[in-house]
Amino acid sequence: MKSIAIIGGGVAGLEAAAKLSRIGHAVTIIEKSDQLGGRLNQWHALFPARKPSGPLLARLKNHVAEGVNVVVNAYITGVEKNDDGFAIKINNNRMITANALLLTTGFDIFEAERKEEYGYGIYENVITSVELERTFQSGKSLLTAQGKTPARIGFIHCVGSRDEKVGNLHCSKVCCVTAVKQAIEVKEMLPSAEVFLFYMDLRMFGRHFEELYKEAQFKHGIQFIRARLSEAFENPDGSLQIRIEDTLLAKPLKMNLDMMILMVGIQPQKKSGNLIDMLELDRDTDGFLLQEDQYTYPFKTKIRGLFCAGGITGPKTIEETLIEARAVAAEINSFLGHKESYTGQEQFVMEL
Amino acid sequence: MIDFGYKIQTDRQIDYDANSRRILEFVREGEPSVDWCMSCGTCASACTAAVTTDYSLRRLIILARRGMEKDILDSVFRCRFCGKCFNACPRGVNTRNIVYLMQLAAIKITNHEI
Repeated sequence: MKSIAIIGGGVAGLEAAAKLSRIGHAVTIIEKSDQLGGRLNQWHALFPARKPSGPLLARLKNHVAEGVNVVVNAYITGVEKNDDGFAIKINNNRMITANALLLTTGFDIFEAERKEEYGYGIYENVITSVELERTFQSGKSLLTAQGKTPARIGFIHCVGSRDEKVGNLHCSKVCCVTAVKQAIEVKEMLPSAEVFLFYMDLRMFGRHFEELYKEAQFKHGIQFIRARLSEAFENPDGSLQIRIEDTLLAKPLKMNLDMMILMVGIQPQKKSGNLIDMLELDRDTDGFLLQEDQYTYPFKTKIRGLFCAGGITGPKTIEETLIEARAVAAEINSFLGHKESYTGQEQFVMEL
Repeated sequence: MIDFGYKIQTDRQIDYDANSRRILEFVREGEPSVDWCMSCGTCASACTAAVTTDYSLRRLIILARRGMEKDILDSVFRCRFCGKCFNACPRGVNTRNIVYLMQLAAIKITNHEI
């Protein structure tokens, strides 16, 4: 039996663990927090169908409930590479050995306070898309900091994305459709509210995304204004004034908003303790983990036997992350089966 | 009048909260497909009036959404209803009816009916 250690028990880690375990490998998930599920735990409903995240999360967890070894509250203190694979040291002097190692540590969310001009952390009625999702999750009604029902809400796209001033040239990809989804959810919660989306481009790349966009327009009357906010101001009553350029009219526009939702982007993990730097792996130009080859070896790193999948190699939808997880499981399985080039043990035969 | 050597510039800023969106409401009532518009400009590129004037249905719909009545009144009557925009629209917006209703709204506003 071959062993695989998976660092990161989010969507990618859980799905890869389930697949590898089902093939017959010994799988250990090493998770730094106290629960599995990663960022899916923070999300109420998923685009584009707006399905609740709960059943997916439950399904992913169920698949690893039997047969997969799970270590939570674990942080990596060191990783050693040897002829058989890896020796992973975690806190409390524990050690996990594995023939292959999979990194599914994900991404960071852009720190909205870094865009100081938008007033997050300064103005009370500026919140992030993650916080809005938490409000949906809580089942409570969306209220301003003053306890009122907001009559006008603005979603600001590309916060921390496509912004070289904050070091993120890349598009975070999922925020456009998330904004459309959340705007619809806000309209369903508060039908009389006016909802505006301020976008640079609307990147409705995925299947059914364009339909969701059109639904937001014709069913919910959500307004899309092509503009990028430079600065927001707070009125004495706590509401906000924004000045933008209505780029399709080539004119400046000012309006008041009761609440502003910042669509915070996805960025590479850079804080100390991140495994990309700890393992001295290379980063691509955008700061995400460098894949051996984007087309032919998207899950391989420069270290033999060390694989990657999910948000560690860039912004992805859950759908894409799940596909990657299944693909990396197949990749690891075939890697472990090549005896000459690896452990010298007998050829692995997949049991059906 | 004394010439001070300068003049006061007019504010060209769109004051969203001060504007009325009654033209949009009127159009939407009779032609809900106005909300389908995604401002791609295919209508304006197919438009014969746009060749020689600054008429643009894409722009008119945005003006209605922002409540800029004067700008709408200045250009909405340039349309002669040839319908090329309707053929061109990728979202199937009933463009001709939108222009018709905008013109109607403009007449009603002039006559103080709405």
